[in-house]
Order: sequence, then C-alpha cells, then structure tokens
Amino acid sequence: MEHAPPQFFHRGPAPIARLTFFALLSVLLMVLDARFRYAEPVRQAIALAVYPIQHLAIAPVSAIARTRDFFASRAELRRENAELRAEKLREAQELLALEAVRSENEQLRRLIGARDKLPARALFAEIVYAGRDPFSRKVIVDRGSQQGVTPGQAVIDATGVLGQVTRVQPLLAEVTLLTDKDHAIPVQILRNGLRGVAYGSGDGSTMELRHMAANAEVEKGDLLVTSGIDGVYPIGLPVARVVRVERDAAFAFAKIVCQPVAGTDQHRQVLVLAKAEDTPAWSAESERAGRKAAKAKRPRRSE
Amino acid sequence: MALETRPERILLPVKVGFMAASIVLALAFNLLPWRDLRGVPDLVALVLAFWSVHQPRKMGIGIAWAVGLVMDAANGVLFGQHALAYAVLAYAAQALHRRILRFTVWQQAVQVLVLLVAMQLVMLVARMAAGATYPGLTFFVGSLIAGMLWPLATFLLLAPQRRAATVDETRPI
Repeated sequence: MEHAPPQFFHRGPAPIARLTFFALLSVLLMVLDARFRYAEPVRQAIALAVYPIQHLAIAPVSAIARTRDFFASRAELRRENAELRAEKLREAQELLALEAVRSENEQLRRLIGARDKLPARALFAEIVYAGRDPFSRKVIVDRGSQQGVTPGQAVIDATGVLGQVTRVQPLLAEVTLLTDKDHAIPVQILRNGLRGVAYGSGDGSTMELRHMAANAEVEKGDLLVTSGIDGVYPIGLPVARVVRVERDAAFAFAKIVCQPVAGTDQHRQVLVLAKAEDTPAWSAESERAGRKAAKAKRPRRSE
Repeated sequence: MALETRPERILLPVKVGFMAASIVLALAFNLLPWRDLRGVPDLVALVLAFWSVHQPRKMGIGIAWAVGLVMDAANGVLFGQHALAYAVLAYAAQALHRRILRFTVWQQAVQVLVLLVAMQLVMLVARMAAGATYPGLTFFVGSLIAGMLWPLATFLLLAPQRRAATVDETRPI
C-alpha cells in the first residue's frame, strides 16, 4: 500500500469487471423473471415511478386526439348516425328473439337445477398504445388495478375475443393478444362442437389450431368460438375463422391456420370482462379414484 | 495515411443536470404511444452512447444498466433485457471513445450505428433464449435511423458546452 496512487487517479474497478458484474446481474434478473416471475414487485415499483414521465409523453398525443374528436365533421357524424340506426333496426329483430330465448333458457335451467348464469360484468377500456416489445403481441389499456382489473380477465371488442389481461399496474393493464406466441385459448368449432386449443402463431396476424387429428372434421371457413372450459373466457364468444387446413399424411396432426375475427390491430375501444364465477376445484383424489374404477371395468373409449 | 489534424473547439465542462435531463427526455420519447414500433429509433440508446463517447468519466456502465431497467419496467418486457444491452453498449462506447472521436461526425455515425446494431443483437439473443419469435429484419431499422440522428444529437447535446462566437472581454473564457 506504500506505493498506492493518490486518490486523484482513482478510477474504481476496470470497465470489463463492471460490465461482467452488470451483465451477470441482468442475466440473473432475466432468468428470475422468465422462469419464476420473481421480478414483478420491483417492476411494479419502477413502473409506478416512471408513470409521470409516461404520462408526460402521452399527454400531447391524447390532446391531439381530443381536438380531432371535437372537430369531427358534422357530415361524418350524420353518416355514422344513419349507419347506426340502420344497424339497430337490423339487430332489433334478433334482439327480441334473444330476449325470448333467454327467458326460456332461464326457465329450463331452473328446471334442471343449474346455477343461474349472471351476465358477465364488463368494464369499458381504451387501448392507449401498443406494447413496446417487438417480440410479443401486447397492447396497453387505460384501466388498471384501481378500476378492479385483475390478471386473467378476458378482453373483447365488438367483433370477438381480443385477448387476456396478463399484467396489471395501478392505472394501466397489459393485454396479451390472441396472436401472441405464448397465448392459448380453448375453442370449439361452432358447426359441430369439436373442441380444441388455438395458439397464437407469433407472426402477428394468425393463430393455429394444434393437436387436431389429421382426419378431424375441420373445414375452411369454420368459426371457432370459446368453449368456456378454462374458466377464463365466457362460453360462445367468436374467436377466429379457419382460413387454411393442410392435411399431410406424414404428420399425425393437421395444420390448421385461423384468422382472429376481432380486429387485433384496428380498434381502440375494448371491454374487459369480469371473471367467470369460480368453478369448484377438481381434486386429484377423485381423478385417481375415477381412473382406477375405469381401469377395473374396461378401457375408456377415446373420443 | 497521415493523420489529419482538424481544428477542434475547446468545450466548456458539461453539466451533470443537462446529461440527466437529456436522458429523461429520451425516455419520454421512447415511452410515447407508438402504434407500430418498427422504424422508431431508440433515442435512449443513442443518448447513452453519446454520453459514453463524450463523457466516459461521468457516464458509467452502471447508469446505463439502471436506465435499461427503467425501460424494461415501463415497457413490460423481459426484466433485464434492455439493462444488459445498454450496459454492453456503454462498455463498447467507452472502450472505443478515443477512436470514435478522431473521426468526422458522419464517420462517427457509422461507427455508432455498428454499436447500436450490436446492442440490438444482444437484446435479440437474450429474448430468443427466453423463447421469443424472431421479429424480422425490420427490428433493426430503428437503429439505422438512430445512427443517422447521431450528427443531430452531437449538435444538440454539445450546444450548451460551446462558447459564444463573439469575444467578450468580461467573460473568463
């Protein structure tokens, strides 16, 4: 220590040592986040601290949008009004029929002792901006945990299912779109009730109906609706339309490409649906017992 | 090739507050509600690279890393991807700052472009390792535009350090 340089020349650890330290720290954080989701509280704290900057950045843009709305021309409004009136007339008939069917359905349900299904509560939200991540398909909406949004809620627009809330901040929520690579949704073909799971393909516009046998009865143009067996999405919402079916003898499964019916890139207004009521838990115990019983009697026929 | 000597301006010392303000402004730009991200330059990376090249003693790898964490949290992406990429960028820019500053502004821009693309490659590798899909070559267009903004960044960010052209006897320098 006798020949230590004076404090003036002190520069701390070498740059490469610092880089190694911070790189290892980042890798640790990434692994924690990707595998165990441990980073969530830290992320929430930082996101809240950055919110003023974010708000500052959004302010001029939303001001411009408001001004444009204000000056929307009268002709445009009249045209829109006329269109809406026509649409209302068209739909009135179906709506009346729906009322009758609904009351009939309620009576029948009461007869068979089924639980009354309440109409799902919905929260109106607007898409603020597209997620700033070129690797995934997400949008940010302007309702957060303060308005009662929780992760896992389904999000729809006027035409169909848009996606699912995956992360919630106090004032904003992140919605993963159907087309995201990590997104899966249980569906049912409207025509014949065939169940399956549709996955996002990650290319931004299509989905894939995987694990369907090569001879499964799927045709181009089939409409997929939610099957509701996951407890996340309500039953019967339109999800996607089949655009291509490739049956290759080399593979056990057919390759079925679908196009979401919701405008995943177009609309601004969305509805965040309240979660479906809790289904009672299916205990592993009873499943084991059932399997044993089935084995004792006869092998179950596969569907 | 003989080294050309160009006249250089003597600059005033930088203000740390100005550095911080420039980074916050770049953050605000990055957090703007973009409809489509392709082709949007990453101004935070550009500003961090700029200060790493021009003020390597004041702009550390740790600062770049922390700003990266903020980007990750605000964007809701994999926590640590921007942090890692920005730390690598700051390190590379610091290591090369003597060489980069020898060139003219447009030649500097080309070298910074390489650094920015390398930074995006780091991010790409990190995300692909975590299981993301390849976003396509348009992913790199943002860096191309950010590289072309380097001369503008040099002009704007060095402006407070330039002395007035007129001579004033009462001013010290």
